[in-house]
Amino acid sequence: MKYMNKSIEELHESLKKGEVTSKELIDESLELSHEVQEKYNAFVTILDNAKETEITDNLLSGIPFGVKDNYSTKGVLSTGSSNTLKNYVPFFDATAYENLKNAGAIMVNKTVMDELGMGGTGTTGHTGVVRNPWDKTRMCAGSSSGSACAVAAGVYPYATGSDTGDSIRKPAAYCGIVGYKPTYGMISRYGLFAFASSLDHLGVLTRNVKDAAIVVDNMKGIDKRDMTSWDSSDINLTKSLTGNIKGKKLCYIKEICDINNYKNPSDELKKQLKNFMDKIELIRNNGIQVDEVSIDQTLLNAIASTYVIISCAEATSNMSNLTGLAFGPRGEGDNYIDAIKDHRTKGFSPLIKRRFVIGSYVLQKENQERYFKNAQRVRRLLVDEWKKLYKDYDAVILPVGTGPAKKLEGSSLDSLTEGTEALEEHLQVGNFGGFPSITIPDGFIDGLPVALNITGNCKDDENILNIAYGIESLMDYKNQIAKEEE
Amino acid sequence: MSKYYATIGLEMHCEGSETNSKVFSPAKNEYSDIPNENVVAIDMGFPGILPVVNKEAVRMSIMMASVLHARIPEYMYFERKNYYYPDLPKGYQITQNPPEECVGNGGYIDIERDDESTFRVEIDNLHLEEDAARSTHLYDTTMINYNRAGAPLFELVTKPCIHSADDAVSFLEYIRTIYQYCGISEADAKKGQIRCDVNVSISEDENSLGTKVEMKNVNSFAAVRDAINYEIQRQSDLKDAGRYDEVVQETRRWDEESGTTITMRSKEDALDYKYFVDPNIPKYKIEPEWVKEIQSSIPELPSERKEKYINKLGLTPFETKKLIRDKSLSDYFEECLQLGINPKEASNWISENIVAYMNKNELEISDIYLNPKMLKFILDKLSEGTISSKQAKEVLVKVLDEKKEPSNFINKENAQISDPDELGKIIDEIISSNPAQVEQYRSGKDRIFDFFVGQVMKNTRGKANPITTKELLKEKLK
Repeated sequence: MKYMNKSIEELHESLKKGEVTSKELIDESLELSHEVQEKYNAFVTILDNAKETEITDNLLSGIPFGVKDNYSTKGVLSTGSSNTLKNYVPFFDATAYENLKNAGAIMVNKTVMDELGMGGTGTTGHTGVVRNPWDKTRMCAGSSSGSACAVAAGVYPYATGSDTGDSIRKPAAYCGIVGYKPTYGMISRYGLFAFASSLDHLGVLTRNVKDAAIVVDNMKGIDKRDMTSWDSSDINLTKSLTGNIKGKKLCYIKEICDINNYKNPSDELKKQLKNFMDKIELIRNNGIQVDEVSIDQTLLNAIASTYVIISCAEATSNMSNLTGLAFGPRGEGDNYIDAIKDHRTKGFSPLIKRRFVIGSYVLQKENQERYFKNAQRVRRLLVDEWKKLYKDYDAVILPVGTGPAKKLEGSSLDSLTEGTEALEEHLQVGNFGGFPSITIPDGFIDGLPVALNITGNCKDDENILNIAYGIESLMDYKNQIAKEEE
Repeated sequence: MSKYYATIGLEMHCEGSETNSKVFSPAKNEYSDIPNENVVAIDMGFPGILPVVNKEAVRMSIMMASVLHARIPEYMYFERKNYYYPDLPKGYQITQNPPEECVGNGGYIDIERDDESTFRVEIDNLHLEEDAARSTHLYDTTMINYNRAGAPLFELVTKPCIHSADDAVSFLEYIRTIYQYCGISEADAKKGQIRCDVNVSISEDENSLGTKVEMKNVNSFAAVRDAINYEIQRQSDLKDAGRYDEVVQETRRWDEESGTTITMRSKEDALDYKYFVDPNIPKYKIEPEWVKEIQSSIPELPSERKEKYINKLGLTPFETKKLIRDKSLSDYFEECLQLGINPKEASNWISENIVAYMNKNELEISDIYLNPKMLKFILDKLSEGTISSKQAKEVLVKVLDEKKEPSNFINKENAQISDPDELGKIIDEIISSNPAQVEQYRSGKDRIFDFFVGQVMKNTRGKANPITTKELLKEKLK
């Protein structure tokens, strides 16, 4: 029996025909979960008592999936991969999870992440490092590390993720799968542990674009508990996938994609950009216009610091609820201040503490104008720049990162220290603008998967997903399952 | 009295008790004796929660801003005030903060003093925010009750434009009635619904400003008066002693027990709340039509009732003041009028009897059993002559004490005897059994008349209608 490597539609058909039962799928997925846990450490919790559901006309009914551990799941440990929440069992469901549950989907595990979504390496979770299923010595990126690892390893067809800077789209790239975050507010944030509220998106990791469409169709919807959510009932992502993308207009940014723009480029970077430009050629050859556009290098260089300032500022406020008083392990101390200090000192990893210091600093009265307010202005400039592109183009297409998954050893633990190359950080613009953004695999470098990203205008998710669907069909990287070279 | 010129600014927090749910959560907004009863995940800041603005609370804040003649902004949004405290579960309070726009910006209100002179208070801003939980500190434990966490809180900030403790209290008392009249809050200080911070400085004259000292959590109007007077005196004494440099910009705590203020923190230690706009609440447009609708629904305000009572109903300013001070008392009075009770009579009975009873027993008008219908019943019996004025007062107290309908206390046994035939018989008997006194009266000793009245009362155990009794006695003693 081997079903978990299949697509959602294939699984649904098998379930409908009675070739396999929901129970059998769960058993297979749980068995694989334990194997993957052993090898790559992708899960905080494996739900061995997961129960089958009735097979309905909903494509997700009866099929197992994974949930990132920063989704509040009623009665199921939800740690956000942080010691500050290591014993926290919520009494309410995140809306997005509730929607999937109502569709008949079955959660079989909670996936490891970078602590509370902060970090892009998959190494800062309180249960340890998540390893890349293509090469154990490499990272999955993050923060949706466990979700990317598990989907790539074929534990189930999809797992949920969250994305504040690139937390779905980067790990998807490193693991050779699809990562999609829809327009801000299309999926309710209620029940997602907040990192940076103005940048936080929910989304999904899958092995093909259609599965991403199916899952997000089931996650989305206006929610009276989230004032930033909006009514997307007239959007049907699955139905919008015609595959017909002839006449679409895309653009890529010269400053990011032109190898001549880099001093002393590494071989890996050369391969990465060559692979990307080859794919652009392929796309052009299939009747799609792809133009090279130019954006002020200074503005592009500001992406990373803009992101750091805004995300750290919001994070330091959002995570002030983690005091260990009402929930989480109670700190020691003679008074509440000492108890809170003890809880937070012991609970957070050094990386997070550093970000809190940055966040506090940029929000201080005397610094706010210079840092926080300016970052918001630059954010606006960047979003305006991208919006200008959307007047002429359906989407911006760019390579994800400087190459394939990085080595665990020898890499800095905090991606924020890795320089400010726009190539590494441009996905954050998708969060600045709340743009729909999807990463799909577009090749291999030295046996490791790499990816391209397509980002479009707000609420244009149907168009963006259809373009991704069309481009995916031009290449051979759909439905890949990770395999380590022995 | 200090010889210096005092300048006072007030921050008045009023908890909006009249919304169904809390300001950013669907939990019940209701005072409860049971701790942690009206609580949902949002109120305790559990991971993943999000605020949703209560439109009703926004409506009330726009109404209040309108009464204060404040400018209502085009867009509404909220900020986070970040600090750690166990009663602040999210680690930040959702509020509004200048220089960003609040629900009410600028404005003024005119206040009348007891001597009927008026003064104007300039408003800095009115903002809508959420309340914190209530913590009770015991010997080695702190208990937190989240019922109040997230309740709507209206904070009114004045300009430093008040110059005496009495004016400050007049202002607060008047604002309190407005909250009540607008149906925003019971504004009950005993329930902790009103809390004030007070700024005080002194200077040589009105053209200069001294060093501002802030006093936190002054929780009754009496305490506001005491705290201001204490602080003016403290600062004046230091100034007189040539030690004005010891008056520093700081936050002090009013200590009710000792009647003094105590240093909490200096300006240098002032917390940086790192305000920023809450990204969870998208800035949204306040439709001008909605504002108009709210403004046209502002109920009759105390100043308007006052005008009506004096000019239309003929009450004195003194009587009026007593009635309008408390909205529920004024409502009680209005109900009496609707039942047809004469305004003057209603005012007298309320002020002299009902309020006296309430004060004696520390009750609010909402606590008492006697409703306007019962009062009307008693007053009808009085005017019919069934009971005497003295009896009416007794019945009123019995109704209040025993919480029973007034008809229970007006029966044949205690009914006033007004029947001239019945009274005539009694009087005849008394005349015939007291020939000596009759003789004295008839020979011109008028004072002995009261003796006969006394005998009739004694005979009827006080139930004889005194007017009829006197008339009959005069007649029969001729």
